[in-house]
Amino acid sequence: MSTGLLTVSPSPHVHTELTVPQIMRGVVFAMMPAFAFSIYNFGLGAVYVTFLAIIFCIAIEYGIAKFLLHKPASIYDGSAIITGMLLAFNVPSNLPWYLIFIGSAVSIGIGKMSFGGLGNNPFNPALVGRVFLLLSFPVQMTSWPTAGPTWSLDAVTSATPLGILKDGMRGGEPMEKLMGEMPSYSDFFFGLQGGSLGEMSAFALLLGLIYMLYRKIVTWHIPVSMIATVAIMTGIFWLIDPSKYANPLFHVLTGGVMLGAVFMATDYVTSPFTHRGMLIFGFGIGVLTVLIRLFGSYPEGVSFAILIMNAFVPMINRFVKQPRYGEVKSMQ
Amino acid sequence: MNLHHNKTFAIGGVHPEDQKLSAGVPIAPLPLPKTVTIPILQHIGAPAKIVVQRGDAVKTGQIIATHEGFVSSNIHSSVSGRIGIIEEVMDSSGFKHTAISIRVKGDDWEESIDRSETLVEEIKLTPKEIVARIMEAGVVGMGGAAFPSHVKLSVPEGKHVEYLLINGVECEPYLTADHRLMLEKPKEIIVGIKILMKALGVEKAIIGIEDNKSDAVELFQEVLKNEKGITVEALEVHYPQGGEKQLIQALLNREVPSGGLPADVGAIVHNVGTTFAIYEAVQKNKPLIDRVVTVTGKSVKQPSNFLVRIGTPVIDLLIAAGGVPEDTGKIVSGGPMMGKAIADLDVPIAKGTSGILLIPKEESMRAEVYNCVHCGKCIEACPMGLEPYRLLILSKKGNHERAKEEHILDCIECGSCAFVCPSNRPILDYIRLGKTQVRKLKKV
Amino acid sequence: MNSVILYTIISLTAIGIVAAVVIYFVSKKFAVQEDERIGKVEQVLPSTNCGGCGQPGCHAFAKAVVEAGDLSALHCPVGGNAVMKQVAEILGIQAVERDPYIAIVRCSGSFEYRKKTNIYDGESSCKIAATLYSGDTGCAYGCLGMGDCVEVCDFEAMYMDEKTGLPVVIEDKCTACNACVKECPKEILELWPKGKKNQRIYVACLNEEKGSTARKECAVACSGCSKCFEACRYDAITMENNLAHIDFEKCKLCMECVDTCDVHNIITANVTPEKIQAANEQRLKREERTRKKKEEEKLAAAAAKQTSNEPAPQ
Repeated sequence: MSTGLLTVSPSPHVHTELTVPQIMRGVVFAMMPAFAFSIYNFGLGAVYVTFLAIIFCIAIEYGIAKFLLHKPASIYDGSAIITGMLLAFNVPSNLPWYLIFIGSAVSIGIGKMSFGGLGNNPFNPALVGRVFLLLSFPVQMTSWPTAGPTWSLDAVTSATPLGILKDGMRGGEPMEKLMGEMPSYSDFFFGLQGGSLGEMSAFALLLGLIYMLYRKIVTWHIPVSMIATVAIMTGIFWLIDPSKYANPLFHVLTGGVMLGAVFMATDYVTSPFTHRGMLIFGFGIGVLTVLIRLFGSYPEGVSFAILIMNAFVPMINRFVKQPRYGEVKSMQ
Repeated sequence: MNLHHNKTFAIGGVHPEDQKLSAGVPIAPLPLPKTVTIPILQHIGAPAKIVVQRGDAVKTGQIIATHEGFVSSNIHSSVSGRIGIIEEVMDSSGFKHTAISIRVKGDDWEESIDRSETLVEEIKLTPKEIVARIMEAGVVGMGGAAFPSHVKLSVPEGKHVEYLLINGVECEPYLTADHRLMLEKPKEIIVGIKILMKALGVEKAIIGIEDNKSDAVELFQEVLKNEKGITVEALEVHYPQGGEKQLIQALLNREVPSGGLPADVGAIVHNVGTTFAIYEAVQKNKPLIDRVVTVTGKSVKQPSNFLVRIGTPVIDLLIAAGGVPEDTGKIVSGGPMMGKAIADLDVPIAKGTSGILLIPKEESMRAEVYNCVHCGKCIEACPMGLEPYRLLILSKKGNHERAKEEHILDCIECGSCAFVCPSNRPILDYIRLGKTQVRKLKKV
Repeated sequence: MNSVILYTIISLTAIGIVAAVVIYFVSKKFAVQEDERIGKVEQVLPSTNCGGCGQPGCHAFAKAVVEAGDLSALHCPVGGNAVMKQVAEILGIQAVERDPYIAIVRCSGSFEYRKKTNIYDGESSCKIAATLYSGDTGCAYGCLGMGDCVEVCDFEAMYMDEKTGLPVVIEDKCTACNACVKECPKEILELWPKGKKNQRIYVACLNEEKGSTARKECAVACSGCSKCFEACRYDAITMENNLAHIDFEKCKLCMECVDTCDVHNIITANVTPEKIQAANEQRLKREERTRKKKEEEKLAAAAAKQTSNEPAPQ
């Protein structure tokens, strides 16, 4: 027989097609529409920030693995690229390079590697980096360039709709007046609004979500429960007093709700296993986001909400389990 | 075709590709080999006791080893000729076990065996006699588990059996032995079912068939038109539908309690090939000496279903299927999800060998392993509702008490978890190791 | 700003001091009372918590020794006789001297001698491969080479030799704690006395197949030829299932059997080749003498028979 030595290994001897590198590639592909839109809105600044974040994340992961941990680097699984892109999506497109570096170092170093690398981190690494930057460098992290088709690197800065809202509410202005100053809803949907790189275009993010659902990379449970909770909760408050609270559509389309629902909360490592657990998770994020937006001092609450719910995931996994075969006695 | 979804089990499961390459190939008898090597342990339980010696002349169907205790099985010669060397040889389990080799001369059968093809419908034996006959004939579970059938038919005191379930599911990709048997011998199988119903004293029997074998479903529906008590149910194609516990849940909506037996929920499950062997044993006085084996694989020239004498070396089947393809990387005894890879082509076909699958080199090696990303796909896939990623960690770290608490012994080793894991983690490797360690714990 | 920092430092320092004092008193009040000798014994133990003594950890060993009051059944292999002497002194009891042991590898089937018959692609763990099948070579008894033993060694006393594919025990570091022996699914590792002058001798094979089959599987497998068995004057070698085994209780380390093995699979440690050669020559001389003696006896017996056949003188 001229086949050479045969291979022997334990069963199973076949495998599904979906592997980690393929999933990572799929997620990056799903992020492309949002990335394209960010370039349209913010020009080369968006490209610059995103590429820097990716390069820094890869370099830091490689450096830590090789020189600190003396283990082979796992940069080829693509997760560092995704962390870099998501970090970039969560910051203004005019963020200076040294802050991008600090953000990447915190995301990868503290958010991921200190826990043991891929799969071991309890908190979403990109959000860890983003929140660290927000709290340490509030000024640079909250001055966004004006949205609008542009190719230049510099841009005039302006506030986001949520920022305008929070300041206006503090100033006591009525809702109708504030709403009049906002871009239109179609602008919100397609993304002509101020904000961080990736969070503006609900449309582009939805395209990404549809792609990931089709490839079976994510299921509908987290995005739907999170967005529905935000919509319903803000809806209740809006119905109670429309002069104090903005309507649900506004809340869903602005800020980081769409980005958080599609890419941040659905991260495998930091979200629950079971579908029921995912619904609870999404619900919790929605509630916390709305509480921070309506009653907290920050205009945006999605990042904090997701990080807080990440902390609850082990508990959710412990109490919300898959039904076990043989647990329920037969009906004889 | 009906629009509603066919029944299936509720928890977990995966959908590997069907690959039923040999579904349209009728069963062909394989020419007799020059030598057969019959292991004395082809079943769950104690190895059989050898009652022949080197140089003895034997006939086809003559007993050559007797059961050792109750949970054991008689072994018969599958050929006529002379007993050759009796020694330890490599068998499909991956380990060496004692086997009796027989040099084949002619094909002289024991006179008591009825070799005709005529259907014998009348069941003359009493239930006790039926069980005794099945034990004499050495019939074991032919779906692969090889559990002695007479033991399964001896229902423990206090348990009441209501349903006989016939497993015609054949959920493993590539395998078509049961499918062809159902298409070619439906009437014999039905008599076999009646024999089992008589032996168990049940009035209801259900045959479960996956709906990728719609021709078999329709054929049985036709043949059973005037039968009372026996029905056929088409089931959704869903691995591991053929697992005993999953089949019971799908057909009867009852769950076997953890650590319990199907009889606890009033059911007994038999594979359709076993049922046919029981027909032959009871109505034709024929012991278990041959079985249908599928030879298949993407590069196999002629995927086939052969009727093979027990003890035939695997190489004979491969040659009959067009030879061993050049690009063969792995040869599996059984199906791709639960089968055992073999490295030696002289390994004999045993009572539980349902198929030989040849896997090309590019699909033989495992892909790179990544860290667990906690995606939860293994938990979604596990048909027993366990948490495989956790059982891997516990087994690897040696935390066997905790693994036992997490019900590691409930694992049916179907391979769904490892199949679906995007990080290619060797989940089943460690769970199997963990199970053996936990069983050792129990004894201490 | 300055006063804020000052107040912060003062208040945190104060909290720290108060907490330290509280913890100190609590640790004294709630300290676990036990025989103070246990603590003293534990101090001299190696603190590796390897379980080689059979107890779950060094503290448990110290407790067991104090409670037993007698060292006949308890011994720390890592600390050895030196540590046990100290323990005996602390407790004021008789020290029990034991021969130091070491782990030996009873397989010589390196890549050179034992060819691969298939490619193993499962998880790289000997235990897992052993549950799957008899191995990726023809010998079902041989080392699987994936290093479960090396991983489990707490003392870094083992490593896998890349050239041979077999584990190597580092003599100076091995403490005979038994961890590797328990771990190996093929039972290839065994604890053996280190021996006088660190010299020891053992058969490095577990193959129970008949001679020709065994040699086909591995070029240096023990074929059961029994030449070593015949050479041993002290009945220290037994043959069972085509395999030779040396009983270290009976073996006098005379080294005469070593060169009888045609594949040199009787392994010696710290023995010079000259000594082995000398022992071999001694054996050959002895066998020559025995043969000559037998021949002389045969001739004498034949001559005696001759004379008794002649008719008696009248």
